[in-house]
Amino acid sequence: MDFFKRHFFVALSAVLGLIVIAYVGARGNLQLLFGVVVPYMAALIFVEGVIYRVVQWARSPVPFRVPTTGGQNRTLPWIERDLGEKLDNPADFKHLVGRMALEVLAFRSLFRNLRTELVKDPDNPEGARLIHWSYRWLWLGAIAFHYAFLVVILRHLRFFMEPVPYPITLLTDVDGFFQFFVPAVYLSGIVLVVAVAYLLFRRITNPSLRYISLAADYFPLLLILAIGTTGILMRYFFKTDVIAVKELAMGLVTLHPKIPATAISPLFYIHLFLVSVLFAYFPFSKLMHAPGVFMSPTRNLTCNNRWVRHVNPWNYPVKYHSYAEYEDKFREPMIDVGIPVEKEQ
Amino acid sequence: MAKAKVPTPAELLPGISYKPPEKGWMDVKPDFRPGTYCNPSGVKWLEWLDYPYPHAWSVTDEDWGLPKDWKEIILQGMEDRLKRFRTLRLFFDICVRCGACADKCHFFLGTGDPKNMPVLRAELLRSVYKRYFKPAGRLLGEIAGARDLTEDVLKEWFMYLYQCTECRRCSLFCPYGIDMAEMTILGRELLSSVGINIDWTMASVAQCYDKGSHIGATPQAMKDMIDFFAEENERVTGIYTPVHYNRKGAEILFVAPSGDYFADPGTYTFMGYLLLFKYLDLDWTLSTYAAEGGDFGYFISHEMGKRLNAKIYHEAKRLGVKWILGAECGHMWRIMNQYMDTWNGPADFLEMPVSPITGTRFENAGTTRMVHISEFTADLIKHGKLNLDPQRNAHIKMTFHDSCNTSRGMGIFEEPRYIIKNVLPEGNFVEMPPNTIREKTFCCGSGSGFNADEYLETRLRGGLPRANAVRYVHDKFGVNHLGCICAIDRAVLPTLLSYWVPDMEVTGISELVGNALVFPDEMERTTDLRDRDLVGFGEAEEGGEEEE
Repeated sequence: MDFFKRHFFVALSAVLGLIVIAYVGARGNLQLLFGVVVPYMAALIFVEGVIYRVVQWARSPVPFRVPTTGGQNRTLPWIERDLGEKLDNPADFKHLVGRMALEVLAFRSLFRNLRTELVKDPDNPEGARLIHWSYRWLWLGAIAFHYAFLVVILRHLRFFMEPVPYPITLLTDVDGFFQFFVPAVYLSGIVLVVAVAYLLFRRITNPSLRYISLAADYFPLLLILAIGTTGILMRYFFKTDVIAVKELAMGLVTLHPKIPATAISPLFYIHLFLVSVLFAYFPFSKLMHAPGVFMSPTRNLTCNNRWVRHVNPWNYPVKYHSYAEYEDKFREPMIDVGIPVEKEQ
Repeated sequence: MAKAKVPTPAELLPGISYKPPEKGWMDVKPDFRPGTYCNPSGVKWLEWLDYPYPHAWSVTDEDWGLPKDWKEIILQGMEDRLKRFRTLRLFFDICVRCGACADKCHFFLGTGDPKNMPVLRAELLRSVYKRYFKPAGRLLGEIAGARDLTEDVLKEWFMYLYQCTECRRCSLFCPYGIDMAEMTILGRELLSSVGINIDWTMASVAQCYDKGSHIGATPQAMKDMIDFFAEENERVTGIYTPVHYNRKGAEILFVAPSGDYFADPGTYTFMGYLLLFKYLDLDWTLSTYAAEGGDFGYFISHEMGKRLNAKIYHEAKRLGVKWILGAECGHMWRIMNQYMDTWNGPADFLEMPVSPITGTRFENAGTTRMVHISEFTADLIKHGKLNLDPQRNAHIKMTFHDSCNTSRGMGIFEEPRYIIKNVLPEGNFVEMPPNTIREKTFCCGSGSGFNADEYLETRLRGGLPRANAVRYVHDKFGVNHLGCICAIDRAVLPTLLSYWVPDMEVTGISELVGNALVFPDEMERTTDLRDRDLVGFGEAEEGGEEEE
């Protein structure tokens, strides 16, 4: 099996295996394990793991202030910088916050994305030339995926809160605005699944991307795809007892866990288990890019190096060639050609 | 070592394919063909610098003569750097391999080698990090993207960390700002720690350390070279431009990359500096000790960068200058902007830089106390202090190449353009396509110490995207000059362009200023600083005969 297949099928088997485990567990009356113990453990691992990793990053210092500058820096007062440049090369805290906000909320760097290709060009003596064009599909896929996921998560808060706060109800109503199906179809769920499918599709079909992809890249996509799919199946096709689900969820958040008297379908336990796995997997995976982006030194530092000193906590003295040594070596020829020296002999 | 034969453009370009090979990347071993690697560092350079494990070895040999415990050294070095650089740990951990960086790298675009996609180049290091520092990698090995550190892996690092010019174009497009340059710097440090270095860089560093500049000029040789420019200025313009060396009590220490006094066309840029200083009667000095603005040490390690850079502040202090003026150079300015003060500051013995001509306080250089010549010149022009005749540059139709380091490691875009617009006739300046300039600019292909002859093929490949954009404005608008504010550019772009876009000249911006500066009571000029006839001046039609 080649590299791609190995990595893809390991990830796929892992997700399928997880589904089987949850199904067997739910059928085998292990509701307590899959409904209570695993979710609690997952939540614990998630919180502790994320804190651990963030602390680990934070313990490594930032010896140099190395932001990537994406626009004109602040120099002479008459050199004008538009807002975009001030944000891409932030000279003060205010604009730094702006840069980070754009990066985190709008994926600014990805928005800049280009595609470069070598195209045939008979006018060139070599018969080809490079062309660059703006390519925003990845940005669109990523932004759709992340915002859909956010809405889905927020929407799920109604299972964990009683009474359901108004913003959540409102969000749910807006999300289900298009009532072309009963029950109302939540756009976020559809967008989530479509976006994940797109991200997976490009990873598999683009040869370069497939070449660099690892199991750790397929696994979260397949996992989230499975989570989205089981969610959609439960809502629209194989209805689950929502009252019982809420009872279970409320028990979990109020720290009085109990398995509801009415049985919940195995599909729900599969869904819950996959979500638990996602949470537990998060701190050990590339999904840590979420907290990580906030700590990226090429983005989260002000570009003010030339007027605000940056101190390296482990700066140490180094051996350099001193002027005295230099002059000792070259004194005679320096005097000969009339270069001033410290000592005449 | 035999010099590699370089294919012609018509052979090279159609051979580039972005389709990856069948075999997975972990199973593809580096193939060192002539032209794809730099020669190993000479032993004596390492000895001069007290660098570890000086030994003679050859890239194409099976055995690179590594120290017995090389693996422990590397892993210890990696652990140490994970603790000292948040960048390294974070960039190892958070890459999602989205591939946005893939077609941003000029070496990938010029070679088609998938390991030149920044994401995969980083993965060459990351896979070892996972194997030795992450439980999943330790347990699961390859399927977790981890692999053992073997000599082949080390050779691969050597190959691809030296096919990265630390230009940071990938980091601009990365949604998390992952910066390959940072990993390249640290990866090269690891290679250095077991005695693996390249000769071009190491020789320059050793010479700079010992004598003062990368080109290894002794103080007397340096003086000789630069005095010659003063004579040339006098010959061409009739104006004597005095040069000062190691002059105590001067107001300004001028630091230039040695490339500008070593070879054409940088030398013309230097003539431009001298003319400008003479025009202003500036109170300035050069130093034969801090004779190098560039810092190839930075291409080897943070520490070596600091060791070379240290001379500048020390010399400024010894000479008692008020502030430092820096010439046109790329990586030099990334260092002056992002490293110098942290390495070797605080420069509290210097004063806030103030232009003696305009009185402008360069508040933006308030702690480094070092001003860029383009800022300095732009300020002069803005205040109407320079009498410029753009017609003297009428034979120049120019586009401007933003250097990687000044673009993505500083952000100086407007000053050079402002100068260009004031020294060129209207309509003689044309921009290259927007996706290839400013912060999205492409590397010259030879940055970070790759000027080596034996590396020419790789450099020409890496320079393809830059040349391709130059070709566009050359063909479409008849552009005949490529301007830049970087000495490495001036050293390598002529070679690159003669290969891809013949009939192009490369020029520094200060050269154009030198051409355009009108001195009071000057003799009539009929040629530019390169002895080329001016358009519409004097006996232009007879100029050709006079030259012979």
